[in-house]
Amino acid sequence: MAADGSDNAYDATRRQAAAQGGFWGWLNKRFPAEHFLRSQALEYYAPKNFNFWYFFGFIAIVVLVIQLVSGIFLTMFYKVGAATAFDSVAYIMREVDYGWLIRYIHSTGASLFFAVIYLHMYRGIMYGSYKAPRELLWLFGMVIYLALMAEAFMGYVLPWGNMSYWAAQVIVNIFGTIPVIGGGLVQWIRGDYGISDATLNRFFALHVVAIPLILLLLVVLHLVALRQVGSNNPDGVEIKAHKDSTGRPIDGIPFHPYYTVKDLVGISAFLTIFALIVFYIPTFGGLFLEHANFTPADPISTPPEITPSWYFTPYYAILRAVPNKSVGALLLLISVLAYFFLPWLDRSPVKSIRYRGWVFKTFFGLFTLSFVGLMYLGMQPAQGIYVVLSRILAVPYFAFFVLMPLYSRLDPVKPVPDRVTFHG
Amino acid sequence: MGKLGTLVLASALALALPLLSRAAEPPGAGAIAPVDWQNWHADNDVSDLASLQRGARNFMNYCEGCHALKYMRYQRMGSDLKIPNSVLQANLVPPGSTALDYISSPMPSADAVTWFGKAPPDLSDMARYKGTNYIYQYLKTFYQDPNSATGSNNLADPNVAMPDVLSDLEGVKQAVFRTVKQPNGQTEQVFDHFATLSPGNMTPEQYDQFVRDTVNFLDYVGEPAQVQRRSMGIWVVLFLLVLTGVAWLLKREYWKDVH
Repeated sequence: MAADGSDNAYDATRRQAAAQGGFWGWLNKRFPAEHFLRSQALEYYAPKNFNFWYFFGFIAIVVLVIQLVSGIFLTMFYKVGAATAFDSVAYIMREVDYGWLIRYIHSTGASLFFAVIYLHMYRGIMYGSYKAPRELLWLFGMVIYLALMAEAFMGYVLPWGNMSYWAAQVIVNIFGTIPVIGGGLVQWIRGDYGISDATLNRFFALHVVAIPLILLLLVVLHLVALRQVGSNNPDGVEIKAHKDSTGRPIDGIPFHPYYTVKDLVGISAFLTIFALIVFYIPTFGGLFLEHANFTPADPISTPPEITPSWYFTPYYAILRAVPNKSVGALLLLISVLAYFFLPWLDRSPVKSIRYRGWVFKTFFGLFTLSFVGLMYLGMQPAQGIYVVLSRILAVPYFAFFVLMPLYSRLDPVKPVPDRVTFHG
Repeated sequence: MGKLGTLVLASALALALPLLSRAAEPPGAGAIAPVDWQNWHADNDVSDLASLQRGARNFMNYCEGCHALKYMRYQRMGSDLKIPNSVLQANLVPPGSTALDYISSPMPSADAVTWFGKAPPDLSDMARYKGTNYIYQYLKTFYQDPNSATGSNNLADPNVAMPDVLSDLEGVKQAVFRTVKQPNGQTEQVFDHFATLSPGNMTPEQYDQFVRDTVNFLDYVGEPAQVQRRSMGIWVVLFLLVLTGVAWLLKREYWKDVH
């Protein structure tokens, strides 16, 4: 559809483009190339007041592409199988030309994918981007997040280092805490009585084929939903409410060239950080590549501390904070799924944090602290003060969601301006 | 232990007695300062080619008898470390192997299990798995322990199966412990310092350099591409910084008319 949303405009664009001579006309008689460029970039209007936080959606797509491309090259040399996987990763790191570079790009990309997605989600909560009419956009995003978690976990198992093995053991066993079906379910996931060659093979299939396909589909759905409702912005006001005589939003600017050149700045800066990590701190002090994973999987030797990757540790801390394992697993599930319900939990009349009152800001601030705190605690041993602190921090984490229907209504909000604020 | 060994041990003990009695004194003026081995740093430099070459020599002479580097080929090591092919073939590649082979150990692991209780680990990834500081500390904290099956023990890896194979170079050390009273009234033996029972062929400085070179070599083996990685990174980062700058100027130009 064109800017005014009518199909007549779509037909007009197509006819106009097809009437042109040369290759472009030939192509457009057969394929809606010009229409696509116009509707998705040249005449797609985005709010002009995007700030720093609006880089991360585009960056996430670039990271997805980086992961797909580097992953394809790794697959050319990786040999799935409990007897061959670890050796083949060593082969990639040592003997494949620039294999070390490809693997570091993939491992750094995995961690930075989560960093970017967390910042992207945080932006969404900060500016109320999940609120009507963007609920479905948010839900697609959350399913992407879940798929990404599965993708990252299974990818982490593939090098078949000792931490791969034991993290798989711990995480798969979480499903075993489900009453009645737990034991059978765990066996079904593993395809064996323990984490084994069979488990590794199916994780490989899911990691390189099934989940990437699902991810790509979900990203398309996420973008289609975004194009339908338009982007939110830091003021949380709808730019479509104010249009000029030609039907263009007054506070909107064409995505191309304005946001393509702006995103170029964001992606270049991001890639600089990416390269600094890949070339100078690829293990990131054991956070991106764990030291205990440089020894092969050994079912009879447990690493001193089994911790999942840093991006799972907030939830892991919640799991370990509860003495009863089934209840812990349930709270872990709720702590992840809670984000799905944000569009309906939030009863505030305003979207953006700029116009929310001190009540929301307090809950939001405590939520932020608890997430970062739990992330740290999930990396520590499950004992003493760490467990106590995890229990304390779990309270504001859950309170943010559970009490939201109450405090978002009571929050003394500020008046929202009619138009976006922009300091060009 | 042979007759000679017993003799050496006895004389070493006699020599060490004054040291032991001194260790019983509270730390203070005149006492040996407690050895803070957990904070020893390898401080190795993988771009130091001479050190890597010495480390490779050390490894082949003292480690390869038991430990393999199963992910590293002799040839790769030779070309990375600028070891001439003739030297590589003559001194480093064992008879029966070719330069294209992975660096292996002649010790059959089944025998090793019988002799030591476990097979000596492959050291290809040891620097990445346990860290260079750990290997440095490990190779410098062997001490004589009559209660151990190997006659020695180690501070960094207590009750390790590996004997103190470098004692010829470093000398035989005695670990001197001091008694510390816990808040709950119990006493605990805490390592204080080493006393030399018999000197080795090397001075402490020479041995330190020997260990540092060996650790350096294992650091290189852990990630053979690391020197290339760091030197390449500068150009990639510089390019991306320039790109960011150009992109920013472009953005500023385009956004001039947005008000």
